[in-house]
Amino acid sequence: MTRPDRPDHTAPSLGELRAFAAYNLDVSLAAKAHEILTSKAAHEILSARAAPAQAGRRWQDQVIMDEVPRGASVLDLGCGEGELLSQLIRRLAVRAQGVELDPLAVLKTIDRGVPVLNIDLDHGLVDFADQSFDYVILESTLQTLKNPLAVLREMLRVGRRGIVAFPNFGHWRVRFDLAVRGRMPVTPELPYGWHDTPNIHLFTLADFLDWCLVNEVTVEQSFGLVEGRLKAGLSPTDNLVVEEALIFLERAPGSRPGPPAEASP
Amino acid sequence: MSIDGPPAKDVHGPEHPQSVGYTRARKTVFHQDGPPFQLAAGGRLAPVEVEYETYGALNPARDNAVFICHALTGDAHAAGWDEAPDGPLKAFRGKKPGWWDDMVGPGKPIDTRRFFVVCANVLGSCYGTTGPMSLNPATGRPYGLAFPVVTVADWAALGFKLLDHLGVDRLHAAVGGSMGGQQALEMALAQPDRVANLIILSAGFRLGAQGLAFNAVARYSIINDSGFKNGDYYGGPGPLAGLSTARMLAHITYLSEESLGHKFGRRLQGKDKPDFTPVGVEFEVESYLQHQAGSFVARYDANSYLYMTRAVDYYDASTWGDGDLTRAAARLKARSLVASFSSDWLYPPELCRELVSAMCRAGRAVTYVDIPSRYGHDAFLVETETVSRLIRGFLRP
Repeated sequence: MTRPDRPDHTAPSLGELRAFAAYNLDVSLAAKAHEILTSKAAHEILSARAAPAQAGRRWQDQVIMDEVPRGASVLDLGCGEGELLSQLIRRLAVRAQGVELDPLAVLKTIDRGVPVLNIDLDHGLVDFADQSFDYVILESTLQTLKNPLAVLREMLRVGRRGIVAFPNFGHWRVRFDLAVRGRMPVTPELPYGWHDTPNIHLFTLADFLDWCLVNEVTVEQSFGLVEGRLKAGLSPTDNLVVEEALIFLERAPGSRPGPPAEASP
Repeated sequence: MSIDGPPAKDVHGPEHPQSVGYTRARKTVFHQDGPPFQLAAGGRLAPVEVEYETYGALNPARDNAVFICHALTGDAHAAGWDEAPDGPLKAFRGKKPGWWDDMVGPGKPIDTRRFFVVCANVLGSCYGTTGPMSLNPATGRPYGLAFPVVTVADWAALGFKLLDHLGVDRLHAAVGGSMGGQQALEMALAQPDRVANLIILSAGFRLGAQGLAFNAVARYSIINDSGFKNGDYYGGPGPLAGLSTARMLAHITYLSEESLGHKFGRRLQGKDKPDFTPVGVEFEVESYLQHQAGSFVARYDANSYLYMTRAVDYYDASTWGDGDLTRAAARLKARSLVASFSSDWLYPPELCRELVSAMCRAGRAVTYVDIPSRYGHDAFLVETETVSRLIRGFLRP
C-alpha cells in the first residue's frame, strides 16, 4: 500500500548518490552504498516495511542474552510484550521486571508470566531503589520519551549497568533522505512517516557518545548493525554506517555516586 | 463493591457448562470451647461461626486453593446459584448467581477445574458469619453495639483458621477487590509463606481521607436515624432511612461522573416535564438510587454496615513496617498483581500505585495495570472482559 506522504524505498540513482557523497566527501562510501542499495537483498529488506522493527530487535536481544550473566537482575524499560525478559527468565533465571506503557502489550507480557508495570516512564522511576538492578535496559525506547535525559539518569541511578539500544539517525541512509531528497527519513529501522512516528527525540550515535563523555558515563561495550552485520566496538567514526546501536553503560569510576550531572551534549 | 451492580451481560444459569451450578453455603464454628478469639483491636469473641462456600476440589498436593475475599457488603456466595435461597437474601439470590460468577467456574479465569476455590463471609458481616446481628451468648439477645470492633487483620486470621480447617496449608492465590483486596493483602503480609500469588483489584494499602469522609457520613446517617436506638433495634424496623442514605452515598462513590452521566444523564423519571416539587422524585438518577437503597436495606444489617466501614477505615498495611510501607512490603513473598481503574475515586490509581511503588522499592517483582474505564470503583466487577484476561494471564504460569 503506497501512501503519498511516505517516501518509497526505491534505490537512489547514481546521480542522487553523487550529490549525497558531495555532502559527506566520501565517494567510495557512496558508491558502496549504491551497490548495497541496488542489490537484491537490499530490495527485499526495503520492500518489507512493517517487519523490520521486529526483525531488527532480535540481534540486540541475542547480544543482551550473551552478555547478561545467569541469575542477574534485569529491569526492562519499555519491555513491549516481554519477549526478551521471558527469554532471560527461562534461559538465565534472571530476576526480571518490565515496564510498559501500552496496555495491550502489558497484557501479553502478563501472559508470558513476566512481572510488568503499566506506567509511563516520562513520569520518572520513583518506584525503584538506588542500584537495585544489575542491568536496566532501554531498547528502542529512549528516542520515544519526552524526557530522555531524565530517564537515562534514572537508569544509572537504579541500575549498576545500563543497556541502551537505539536507531542511529546519523546513518547515511537517513542523511541521504534528508539531505538529498529533502524528505524525512523512512528506513527499515525507522519505518514511520513524520506525522505518526513515536520517535520524538532524534539523535545519532555520535550525539549519544558525546552525552556519555560529558556526563562521566563509561561506554563499557558497544555493538552496532552495519550493513546487516553485527559489529562490536563502535567509535564516533562509525556514525555514518551504524544502522542500530546497542551500548552497555556504566557510571565512570570515581564519578559522583548520585545520578550523573545534568548536561546535554 | 455493590453486589447488586449492573447485571452481567451473559448470566450463566445453573445448567450452563461454565457455571459451578447449584451451591450450598457451609458453616463451621471456631472457639466453641477453650479461649475466645482474640481480636486485633483488643476485643474477644466466642464462639465464632464462619459461613463459606467452596467450588472445585482440593488436589492431593493441597496446593491448588484460591481464597476469594469479598467486598464491603458481599458474602460467601461468589459463584453459582444458591440451591435454597432463604431469609433476607431469598429474593436477591433467586434472580442472580454469586457476585463473582463471571470470574469463577469451569473454564473461567479462576477455573474450578484447576483450583479449589474458597470464599468466606467476613467477621462482623450479616451473611452467616458471626456479626452484630448474631446472638450474644452472654445475653441471649443480638450483640448490637456490644459486638467487639473487628479489623481486616481479624479477617485474615480467621481466613487462615478456615484454611487450616479445610486442610490447606499454602494458598495458590489470595484474590480480592476493594475491601477484599485489602484482606488478600493482609493475608499475604500476615503469613507470607502461605500465599503464593496475590491479586488486588481496586484497592489501596489504606483508604484516603476522602474515603474516610464518605464512610463517616454513612455512619452518621445510620446513627442519627431515630430507629437506630443505639444499635439495639432488632425488635423493630431499625434505622432504615439512615441505612438507605448510607447506601445511596456509597453507591455514588462506586460509580463515576461519566458512568452516571452515561446511564442517566439528566433524564426525568417517566415524564417530559418536571413536577416542580422539592420533595418528589424528578430525575432518573434519583429513582435509581432510591431503588438501590430499597433493595439494599431489605438484606443488610445497619450495625454490620458500621462495623464493616470501620474495619476499612482502620486498615493500613504500612503498620507491618511501623508506618513504613516499603518495610511492610518487604515481608511479601507472593507474586503480586495490582490493578487500578482510571475513574475510581474511592481507591484512585495514584493510591493503588503507592503500594506498587513500595513493593518495587522493597525489591519485589510486581505486576501493575491501570485499566482505562469509566465505571469508577465498580469497574473491577463490571470490566469483566479485561479483568478476566488479566486474572487468566496472571494465574496461567
